Amino acid sequence: MTTVSSNEPKRLHPHKFTLWVAMGSICMMFAGLTSAYIVKRNQANWLEFALPKSFYYSTAAIMLSSATMYIALKAFKARERSRYKNFIALTAVLGVLFGVLQTLGFNELTSQGIKLLGFGSNAAASFLVPIIGLHMLHVAGGIIALLVTLFRAFGRKIKSYNTTPIEIVATYWHFVDLLWIYLFIFLAWIK
Amino acid sequence: MSNEAVLHAPTTTITHHHDAHADHGHEHHHHETFITKYVFSQDHKMIAKQFLITGMVWAVLGGLMSVLFRLQLGYPDAKFPWLQDLLGKFWVEDGKITAQAYYALVTTHGTVLVFFVLTAGLSGTFANFLIPLQIGARDMASPFMNMLSYWFFFAASCVMLSSLFVETGPFSGGWTAYPPLSALGQASPGSKTGMDLWLIAMALFVVSSLLGGLNYIATVLNMRTKGMSMTRMPLTIWALFFTAVLGVLSFPVLFSGFILLIFDRNFGTSFYLSDLYVNGVTLPNEGGSAILFQHLFWFLGHPEVYIILLPAMGMVSEILSTNARKPIFGYIAMIGSLFAIAILAFLVWAHHMFVTGLNPFLGSIFVLLTLLIAVPSAIKVFNWLTTLWRGNIRFTPGMLFAIGFVSLFISGGLTGIWLGNSALDIHLHDTYFVIAHFHIVMGVASMFGMFAGVYHWYPKMYGRYLNNTLAYTHFWITLIGAYLIFWPMHYQGLAGMPRRYYDYSIWESFKQFAELNRFISTVAMVVFATQLLFLFNFFYSIFKGRKVTNQNPWGSTTLEWTAPIRPGHGNWPGEIPEVHRWAYDYGKDGRDFVPQTEPVGANESHH
Repeated sequence: MTTVSSNEPKRLHPHKFTLWVAMGSICMMFAGLTSAYIVKRNQANWLEFALPKSFYYSTAAIMLSSATMYIALKAFKARERSRYKNFIALTAVLGVLFGVLQTLGFNELTSQGIKLLGFGSNAAASFLVPIIGLHMLHVAGGIIALLVTLFRAFGRKIKSYNTTPIEIVATYWHFVDLLWIYLFIFLAWIK
Repeated sequence: MSNEAVLHAPTTTITHHHDAHADHGHEHHHHETFITKYVFSQDHKMIAKQFLITGMVWAVLGGLMSVLFRLQLGYPDAKFPWLQDLLGKFWVEDGKITAQAYYALVTTHGTVLVFFVLTAGLSGTFANFLIPLQIGARDMASPFMNMLSYWFFFAASCVMLSSLFVETGPFSGGWTAYPPLSALGQASPGSKTGMDLWLIAMALFVVSSLLGGLNYIATVLNMRTKGMSMTRMPLTIWALFFTAVLGVLSFPVLFSGFILLIFDRNFGTSFYLSDLYVNGVTLPNEGGSAILFQHLFWFLGHPEVYIILLPAMGMVSEILSTNARKPIFGYIAMIGSLFAIAILAFLVWAHHMFVTGLNPFLGSIFVLLTLLIAVPSAIKVFNWLTTLWRGNIRFTPGMLFAIGFVSLFISGGLTGIWLGNSALDIHLHDTYFVIAHFHIVMGVASMFGMFAGVYHWYPKMYGRYLNNTLAYTHFWITLIGAYLIFWPMHYQGLAGMPRRYYDYSIWESFKQFAELNRFISTVAMVVFATQLLFLFNFFYSIFKGRKVTNQNPWGSTTLEWTAPIRPGHGNWPGEIPEVHRWAYDYGKDGRDFVPQTEPVGANESHH
């Protein structure tokens, strides 16, 4: 490695920057879906229904997971390794809980007689599946990233104090949280 | 701060551990096996060549498809029993290309040329090859993601290719994949397995584009060498940067459109489907809107046009300036117009939908925004012409193709002003006028940009020259041929001849064009055959071309020509050169050119 004088202002790490661009890209995908939702809503045959309760609980779960992620990152920076490990694990568990609650929400809708898929389903209900489904996939990606970080923290003999990878995971996790809050407010408000 | 510093600055690792992401900043030489050097390479130069050659394979296949359907259009009564022996009964029956095969050919030709050749083949090749070399970086921000980008493209290619071999044939509902044709398997044979494979291929392609685009943006903004401020970058990099931004913002929207389409196809939802009767059967779908797909599709579809065109524009600017031995005219105006085009690209999608029952008032807004694109386009044309004006022009093959690009861009751009008017569009939409317009301005023009790029940077790619005689023959026949093919289509379109018809000879109004169609088809075959000259030249010269002995054969100012003739992984053996000036100091102070690496003298003004 070449030695360098770093008297220039500190730049964003390229991988972090890439993540920010990627998040912009993901936003565009959901912007596409939610604008399709608005366009469709302004046409005939639109079913109005209330969002299931589970979605409120899942919102709480994912917001809580953002807080635990924040604590985990702080712990990592303070080099409190066991605290860091616990909170990363807790974040992942809350992420899984979020997924479970979303699925329960779908079941709740079906039991109310609202058909999500198949013939006779209304687009208003069908929209929830791709929108929430794609968001869940993004959360799943975050959970995998968390697990990888967790196994690294346990498995590595040589300790790394490089904050970049964990910061990237944390940023992404807060992003999927914010994305859900946007989708939740959108779906609850515009029906 | 150098790239190495950025990549490792926050690292306070006790023992530096290697993972795939962290080890590219150095210039240590890996021990490379055949697999890591030629197959799963993380070197941006090798990935560029992979994109280029895969793109060339698709260009040949897509070109052959156009020859086949031109055969049907030019010779609707002729029989080709030998084609039946070659292709089988699905494609050719009773010596004639079947209607189903015709639509499959038209659809696949469009999809492949737009996405696989002119998006992956063009920006995949040149963004990969030129960005690190011209901004002074050892590689991309993430070489691993870059490798993934190629292999997703490769996977997309395999799936798309496989759709040619399924029993019901490839998708045949047009490259725009409008529902209900694309959503209902029972709508046509091509809408069955062929459409499933088409969607899988396109989804993989979107992933490939996004991985590539993210990387290009991150690299341009973060990995520039010392002194390479944004306003010192060559216009190629600016163009490739805007291209990547367009891709990253518009492909996800196409993806969401595809997701909803997949749900309609496979899960019985009604996002796009309503009130349908297929073969006398009433479908239960209610309340969907087919126009919704068009909005989502064209929100990508229109920026996609500029994703194809901008890299060509950037390379042409660079090649024109280098070979006219003059600074590019209006460098900042060139960046400004690229920026304006990139913004407007997102605001004009509905001009593809003037006749869908769009509110005429809304239509008039889209007319205004569409015609506004003429302003930055005219700025670019003016600047290219003024760059050529009184230059010491060297007519290298790359330069000829660059000038050809400008010519085609003008001819094709002018008809854009016609089509951008919603009133004229009532007559012209879905006619051969549209075919002529977009083939000239987007298809052939970008192809010329790609050829210009290949001829110009070939010495850097392979350390050898292409044969000039073959190159000049290739240029002249292709340019004249392109005009002979597409110019007459304007007349056909004005006469109301619709696109996508299988046989015009049975229509009283279009019988008069039988000979013109035959003429177009004949020229198309000649032009296709001429491309084989280029292919031969390309592959022969990799091994047998004249060797490059001069590090900077074109007398260029940019950084790629300061690297060794055959650069290794890492591009520069020693320090990355520092940049002191803009990329266009040609003919300055009595000197032919001043490289970007030369410090600004005491009696010079700064750029």
